[in-house]
Amino acid sequence: MGDLTLSNVTKSFGATQVIKGVDLEVNDGEFCVFVGPSGCGKSTLLRMVAGLEDVTSGDVRIDGERINDLAPAKREIAMVFQSYALYPHLTVRDNMGLALKQAGTPKAEIAAATEKAAAMLDLGPLMARRPSELSGGQRQRVAIGRAIVRTPKLFLFDEPLSNLDAALRVATRIEIARLHRELGATMIYVTHDQVEAMTLADKIVVLRAGRVEQVGRPMDIYNDPDNTFVAGFIGSPQMNFLKSGLLGLRSDRLGIRPEHLEISTSAGQIEGRVSHVEKLGGETLTYVRTPDHELLTVRQFGEHDHPVEQAVWLTPDQSRAFHFDAEGQRLRA
Amino acid sequence: MSTARHSAARSIAAHGVLILYTVIALFPVFVIVVNSFKSRRAIFADPLALPTAETFDMVGYQTVLKQGDFLLYFQNSMVVTVASLFFVLLFGAMAAFALSEYRFRGNLLMGLYLALGIMIPIRLGTVAILQIMVASGLVNTLTALILVYTAQGLPLAVFILSEFMRGVSDDLKNAGRIDGLSEYTIFFRLVLPLVRPAMATVAVFTMIPIWNDLWFPLILAPSEATKTITLGSQVFIGQFVTNWNAVLAALGLAIVPVLILYLIFSRQLIRGITAGAVK
Repeated sequence: MGDLTLSNVTKSFGATQVIKGVDLEVNDGEFCVFVGPSGCGKSTLLRMVAGLEDVTSGDVRIDGERINDLAPAKREIAMVFQSYALYPHLTVRDNMGLALKQAGTPKAEIAAATEKAAAMLDLGPLMARRPSELSGGQRQRVAIGRAIVRTPKLFLFDEPLSNLDAALRVATRIEIARLHRELGATMIYVTHDQVEAMTLADKIVVLRAGRVEQVGRPMDIYNDPDNTFVAGFIGSPQMNFLKSGLLGLRSDRLGIRPEHLEISTSAGQIEGRVSHVEKLGGETLTYVRTPDHELLTVRQFGEHDHPVEQAVWLTPDQSRAFHFDAEGQRLRA
Repeated sequence: MSTARHSAARSIAAHGVLILYTVIALFPVFVIVVNSFKSRRAIFADPLALPTAETFDMVGYQTVLKQGDFLLYFQNSMVVTVASLFFVLLFGAMAAFALSEYRFRGNLLMGLYLALGIMIPIRLGTVAILQIMVASGLVNTLTALILVYTAQGLPLAVFILSEFMRGVSDDLKNAGRIDGLSEYTIFFRLVLPLVRPAMATVAVFTMIPIWNDLWFPLILAPSEATKTITLGSQVFIGQFVTNWNAVLAALGLAIVPVLILYLIFSRQLIRGITAGAVK
């Protein structure tokens, strides 16, 4: 079992409050991703769950048991760090077995658990090496293995892929998704990378400045954002925000994703000039400078040619648009 | 070596300067060692000459080993130096760990207070120290010297080590906490090995002044049983007659142990000094 419940959790460093009352429920077996811009408190929140930071007020519960004052080692959690944090003086085998050894588990059991985890991650040939003899990707796999060996109630990942190069990041991401399926354990994962959030999560928690902005399944958040912050943060390239008044609409702003803006050289609702074009092969991103709405992004699939400074007209697909009020909150019809 | 960044002329100039400095620095040591092997007459006749078959004389070493209890003096110096070094490194590292790792009220003030000792010479407090030692009955014990030298070495140790410990990855310490290591295990098994070069640097800078000190042994522990080697050598320096052979031989012998300790630490020392400069 591994339910996590946060109720009205806050954290202050001196006079500055960095977590401003977070309520959250993560169900057993769920993959929950905390995402947000840097400084939003997502890592602090994770460290509070881990017990590495004290909780200023509110309750942290695992399986209904309040663990605010429990030492990290007693919380039955395991954590994977961005910098791997392997013990430099121990071999891979001892790194993975250390937590069990500290807990007084018999040697044979430790060996069995370590071997099992090593088999899951293809670490067999590396078991006798020290961390300094491993590559970055191997180190992160060992760090993940070290977490698996403990069979914790909760896996915590603190930006585990940020130090890896792009190709390795994709491979390790798939590996983590596979492990989640095989282990069926509850995982909490912190990242600023929305691709990781969208691809891994069962539940995304979008944080801003110490507050939860929205909680939901990836596609719900993408297709049904609560406010302009979530709408702008999730999705790449960013959503366009148009001034509704100029389009004859009653809301304050109109959010439209770049793929839902139609571009034409003859006629349309919004007039502008092409400022820059990015061709990515599979898709083309066109940046259009408009007098009324500043810079807008248009995403077209396939290859398209738009000479810079060409006059173009854009038309938003009204059925896919989101309406927001002056405070940035979503207006639902 | 790439020629783009190293020209022969610059290389020679750099080596020339370094060699010159080495010669200047080693010259007094050279004179001591050379003259310790010569007869008294030869020392005064030509102090810079190497010993020849005619002038070679071991009388200095014979005097030193016969007269006075030099082995005991050596042992005293060793005990005082090694024990002080141990306590300075242990307590210095512990204080540095607390200052760099834990958030508590007055952390910064405590750090400044501990580092203040770097700027205030401990000898200013000699009279008070002597009074304390007399009151606690520690005069003429090695314990007195060890206590004073530990106090003398701690400020620099805390200052240097806390800077280095701030550089040790937080993630590593946190991983240890999650795996159930105690704070002591984290300190001794994870952090200390990673700051070993800094420890060696502190060790050398602490060790040499202790070994060479004459002031506190003279004041706190001048008895025959507690004399250190530097104090012991003074018996040959008289008001009217100085036995130069014996003084030079004693000083020559005194270099050996500290040189050995230095060699042990030096490999680590170079890494400590260049850490940060060269990654």
